Amino acid sequence: MFYIQKDNLKNIFRQRTVAHKGRNVMNTKQGGLKGFLKKVYKYRAFLIMLLPGVVYTLIFSYYPMTGIVVAFKKYNYAGGIWGSPWNGFENFKFFFKSGQAGVVIRNTVLYNITFIIVNMVVQIAVAVCLTEIRNKIYRRVTQSLMLLPYFISWVIVGVMAFNIFSSDYGFINRLITYFGGKKIPFYTTPQVWPFILLFFNVWKGVGYGSIMYLAALMGIDTSLYEAARIDGANVFQRIFKVTIPMIMPTTMILLLLSVGGIFKGNFDMFYNLVGYNGLLYNYTDVIDTLTFRALISSNNFGMAGAIGLFQSVLCFVTVLIVNRLVGMYDKDYTLF
Amino acid sequence: MKHSKDPNKIKKGPDVIALNIISYFICGIIALLCFVPFVMILSGSCSSEEEILKNGFSLLPQKFSLEAYKTVFKEPIVVMRAYATTICLTFAGTCTGLLLQTMTAYVLSRKDFEWRGKFAFFFYFTTLFSGGLVPYYILMTQTLKLKDSYFALLLPLLFSVYNLLVMKSYIMAIPDSLIDAAKIDGCGEYRILFRIVMPLIKPALATVGLFIALAYWNDWYNAMLFIKSEEKYPLQYFLYKQVNNIEAYKKLISNAAASSAVRAVSLPTQTLKMALTIVVTGPVVFFYPLAQKYFIQGITIGSVKG
Repeated sequence: MFYIQKDNLKNIFRQRTVAHKGRNVMNTKQGGLKGFLKKVYKYRAFLIMLLPGVVYTLIFSYYPMTGIVVAFKKYNYAGGIWGSPWNGFENFKFFFKSGQAGVVIRNTVLYNITFIIVNMVVQIAVAVCLTEIRNKIYRRVTQSLMLLPYFISWVIVGVMAFNIFSSDYGFINRLITYFGGKKIPFYTTPQVWPFILLFFNVWKGVGYGSIMYLAALMGIDTSLYEAARIDGANVFQRIFKVTIPMIMPTTMILLLLSVGGIFKGNFDMFYNLVGYNGLLYNYTDVIDTLTFRALISSNNFGMAGAIGLFQSVLCFVTVLIVNRLVGMYDKDYTLF
Repeated sequence: MKHSKDPNKIKKGPDVIALNIISYFICGIIALLCFVPFVMILSGSCSSEEEILKNGFSLLPQKFSLEAYKTVFKEPIVVMRAYATTICLTFAGTCTGLLLQTMTAYVLSRKDFEWRGKFAFFFYFTTLFSGGLVPYYILMTQTLKLKDSYFALLLPLLFSVYNLLVMKSYIMAIPDSLIDAAKIDGCGEYRILFRIVMPLIKPALATVGLFIALAYWNDWYNAMLFIKSEEKYPLQYFLYKQVNNIEAYKKLISNAAASSAVRAVSLPTQTLKMALTIVVTGPVVFFYPLAQKYFIQGITIGSVKG
């Protein structure tokens, strides 16, 4: 989804260095503050246009960043974030000693790794298949149907899951009883949920993801296929020796971006499909749902803040590490 | 074998045919799997309640009955109110958000703006690190005091860095010479934006506008966190609440229906959930063919240009 950012960020950094040089040149010409004010005047229209966005981002993104100190506080309503007393690392200790930390971190990471791999394979396969389909109507119809789930909210997906997997009225259990089997109580059987969640995750993302890969496939120079054919490659060799290597940059960037979010659970999905079903938590609880419950159900601001901060830092560090690793592999694929 | 004009088709070896069959098969199966849950909800919604209770949901309607829909529309005001809330929010949010994002993206795309790199980083950094749920919750409920206010639904979705980048890459495609020419002709920056850039990026406005609209339409999370009064629920959260507490919804309907002939117990339950879901989803599915083109464009732009 954020593939776009790669080139953008490169531009950003390029521009930064250019801008930096520009300012240095200017600074030697005229005094720092005076020159700065002159520029503010020169750019007044731009700055006014930027103002709403900047104020918005300051309030909704940067100001909450200061709120992470709540993780080190014994929060009370009267004191708010700043007035509550400090309590050092108590919140973190509480989180790690509660025994939930290991479970949610394990679940979050395992789910994300599975989602990333399966989504990638399915989306690339679908994109390749779509390009092979010569019948335009068939292609358009299948693509439209695949993109449909992307448009609906997870609330509706939750109803669909109920419709299919409900123990008493679900479609699957209807089939099972029809063939003389015994009903499976899905909503009390935690072991099946990784598969159900995987199914709906792939289901919802297949259309969107395959369009991204499709865009990359369209960019491949057709003369490469010609050359492969003249060299006697069959279509399968063509796919694995030409198509897949050619979309590697796209794949790497999408992979990098998703690996960067490996500690982020998809709250919408887990909450709508599992909700408050405590029986399933061992298999389905992720960092985000635990944070949410700590905040909303138990009003434990301190611990929820601690988990949130822990997660934010993990995410940030992961992005930096992955970016460095990819840079070692090939500089062109890095985010920054 | 017929020879077609397409040179690709002349040498159709067995490998090509095999791949073709596999492609048609895989795409067909996946498309079907994507679509079937919608069909099942629809069939569930127009089945008779007793059949569902006895046998469970199926692919086709069981003893066709519109009882569930009749129940939903016995007290249409509840659904309509949620619809009205969501439509108003989506409209207001999309217009404001689009203006905000276009202005910002325009400035960030101007190469003669020396500080644009710094500002771009200022926006981009928020995608790398965030304060998390708790500081956000405290900001909304205590600093801004938006609990149970429509603004708690409107504000959080106004601005997104992803949309900003899509918009920026569209605007970057406008040749600089056009803007330079306008400047030489004495156009001010605002006039350049609204009179020259805006008309040129109509497809971008449609694409980004649809992304924003979709985010508003499907939002239930902010409602769950901040909205307490039932009459302020937007559509998706309304659905979430009713499906997860269907008995309360039935009571609501039977209380509201003035003719006391309606008893909550006699109302359908499982089919009612499905009918309500269809009432909520329907318009999106109908609108989808119109919007799809712009979405595909947006996703493609997001992945190719940059």
